[in-house]
Amino acid sequence: MSSTIGLRQLDVNKPARIEAVGGQGELGRRIREMGLIPGTEIMVIGRAPLRDPVALRVRDFTLTLRNNEADFITVAPID
Amino acid sequence: MTQHTNAALAETPKVTALRPVTIALAGNPNSGKTTTFNALTGARQHVGNYPGVTVEKKEGSTMLDGERVHVVDLPGTYSLTAYSVEELAARNFLVDERPDVVVDVLDAGTLERSLYLAVQFMEMGVPLVLALNMMDEVRKRNMSIDSCLLGKLLGVPVVETIAKAGKGKEALLSTAMMLSAERRGAWKPLEISYSPDLDEAIAEMVQLIEKDRFLVDQVPARWLAVKFLEQDDEVRNMARKVGPTADRLQTIADRVAEHCARTLKTHPESIIADYRYGYIASVMKQGVLTRDDSRDRIELSDRVDKVVTHALFGPLLMLGVLYFMFDLTFTVGEIPMGWLETFFGWLGDAATAAIPPGLFQSLVVSGIIDGVGGVIGFVPLIVMMFLILSFLDDLGYVARMAYMLDRVFKIFGLHGSSVMPFIISGGIPGGCAVPGVMAARTLRSPKERLATILVAPFMSCGAKIPVFLLLTAAFFPNIAGQLMFAITLTAWAVALIVARLLRSTVVSGPATPFIMELPPYRIPTLRGVLIHTWERAWMYIRKAGTVILAISILLWACMTFPSLPQDRLSVFETEHAAVEASIDAASEADRPALEDQLVQLEDREAQAALRYSVAGRIGTALESVTKVAGFDWRTNIALVGGFAAKEVIVSTLGTAYSLGDVDPEDSQPLSARLAADPGFSAAAALALIVFTMIYAPCMVTVAAIGKEAGWSWAAFSVIFNTVLGFSAATLTYHVARSFLG
Repeated sequence: MSSTIGLRQLDVNKPARIEAVGGQGELGRRIREMGLIPGTEIMVIGRAPLRDPVALRVRDFTLTLRNNEADFITVAPID
Repeated sequence: MTQHTNAALAETPKVTALRPVTIALAGNPNSGKTTTFNALTGARQHVGNYPGVTVEKKEGSTMLDGERVHVVDLPGTYSLTAYSVEELAARNFLVDERPDVVVDVLDAGTLERSLYLAVQFMEMGVPLVLALNMMDEVRKRNMSIDSCLLGKLLGVPVVETIAKAGKGKEALLSTAMMLSAERRGAWKPLEISYSPDLDEAIAEMVQLIEKDRFLVDQVPARWLAVKFLEQDDEVRNMARKVGPTADRLQTIADRVAEHCARTLKTHPESIIADYRYGYIASVMKQGVLTRDDSRDRIELSDRVDKVVTHALFGPLLMLGVLYFMFDLTFTVGEIPMGWLETFFGWLGDAATAAIPPGLFQSLVVSGIIDGVGGVIGFVPLIVMMFLILSFLDDLGYVARMAYMLDRVFKIFGLHGSSVMPFIISGGIPGGCAVPGVMAARTLRSPKERLATILVAPFMSCGAKIPVFLLLTAAFFPNIAGQLMFAITLTAWAVALIVARLLRSTVVSGPATPFIMELPPYRIPTLRGVLIHTWERAWMYIRKAGTVILAISILLWACMTFPSLPQDRLSVFETEHAAVEASIDAASEADRPALEDQLVQLEDREAQAALRYSVAGRIGTALESVTKVAGFDWRTNIALVGGFAAKEVIVSTLGTAYSLGDVDPEDSQPLSARLAADPGFSAAAALALIVFTMIYAPCMVTVAAIGKEAGWSWAAFSVIFNTVLGFSAATLTYHVARSFLG
């Protein structure tokens, strides 16, 4: 297993696998109900013009997430 | 009801011929749920609210084999937690109303995520039918879904649909009816494992619940236990009110939470979510979904987004779209607006001709026809605006705008999705706050939504523009254009700053996460766009017919009563008679001058009457306060009238400055009169501009705020905005006076 980084640090168009999802309460639940759970493959496909939020490809759809929300997600890049 | 039917009811509870079968439509946002609802019910719809919340509740009906079927559209959600009013409304409907069948509409293209909501319905045990929607897109993406296998593995009937083409709707209906007849309202909860630790706790809790018969008539025992583990506040509070069993359940839940935190460094609610997805994954793995790994349609959407949300090109395109939206609204909307204006003008003339002069004529023409006509006149603009907005929304572009602008709005405690309400309200001059406030419904975050609703009316709506034009033309003719631009920017600044202020005081609370789906671009259906537009326009028209009619009459009365006392009236009458007599006697050459004199006399009479009326007295009484902002009694009357509708400001100023009727579109003579008035300075004009921008929203907007956010917030916006507007106007007046002299 390669080293893990915060989702905020993940480069655009680099596939990664979610290692851990923090965050309790509403934020944590919103993250999880969208299918962002450990083991899921994701990819950052773009950033908004002001670099925040990010657009994320998960399973079969695209979702957006602010940088400070992305900080709750730890990922391992897939080579 | 007769005794006989009562007996029949007792024999066969739940299902009787008397009560139509109720189908509740559920699903994720963007799953095609609304399209499915429209396909099922057609035009037979009724829009209301869920009890106690401002979540829209759409109901409709359809016929199947001569039997009426009642369809309720639940709010679109991703989950059934208690975090949003939408989720709560959906959940409470299921628990309290016990619909016969729940039809969960799934976007088949995002099957795994969509099943997350379906699994929660299955855990509750409601009779469930899955509608696999957008099967056409799935085929285009070279994916294939074995819906029979899916149904068999889940133990739930599955129907494939393409809602926008109306395909599969008969099969869906008959499957739902079959299930309803088979289950007769019985709930059959699905039991899935949530890890050995949690399962053990759940078993213990279920035992306790069943022993105490705690809430067993309302919800399944296992579901209640899971909600306690998920720390669902709504369920816990409800249970605590019912009995002490709740406390014992809480003790078990706390123990498990503590254990998870210590040994696994996680929380029961995360474990439950993981296991739900685990259950879904185990179903998918058995061959439900097969896909050809070639590039699919979402990739196309992603490629389009590379351009549409590009750092430089994205914002430029957005500006272009907004400009086009307003250009189209006004160029096309102006045509039917002209027709309506002509129609109400004709109606006014007809009423004037048919009713003898006097108070009743004045009430019908000035009070009712002008008042309601002024508001109805905006309907074409609102229809156009919503046509375009619905189109952009269904297309998926509004979500992209929110995505691009979220960073800016976040600074001010708002949300990317606040952009549309702002723009519609007049972020580009000429909008209207009424549809703007209504458009805030798309915001799924309650705090940000409330703040958006409260500040959107600061924008330069179409009715304020004539006021600004009048004052800039009168006092700053050389820089009128620049000043209009500055006014627009100031309105944005005021809205954003006040939003920040509200969000750190009366509407405080953490930012709602911006976890939002960017739906793939889809070509909207004409039917969907039309239905959406019609709903909004109808809401507005209905308001014009009720609230506005009443307030128009009230304002008319304030500006009419009490009428001038007889002695003052007779002075005018004598003078009138004298001038008329001299007109009759005068030569052709002298007549125009005398006729002018007559018009001026009538204007003076109107002015005197207005000053004598209740509104005039209020205006005069307020003068002692408002003079610190540079407003005299005439401006005060106009501003009081402006509460009805901002366009009234210009026409009332016209009456107060004794110009008779002033056409708000052509206020040249009035602006000359204002500029010439020694009491009206450039500083007072600036102060009036600032006040008009900020003070109480017009009554239609207030009614809209009341409906969307509650009447106490509507009252808040009237008082707060007026105080803020007056303070800002006073400041402007004094600062401007020291600069402009």
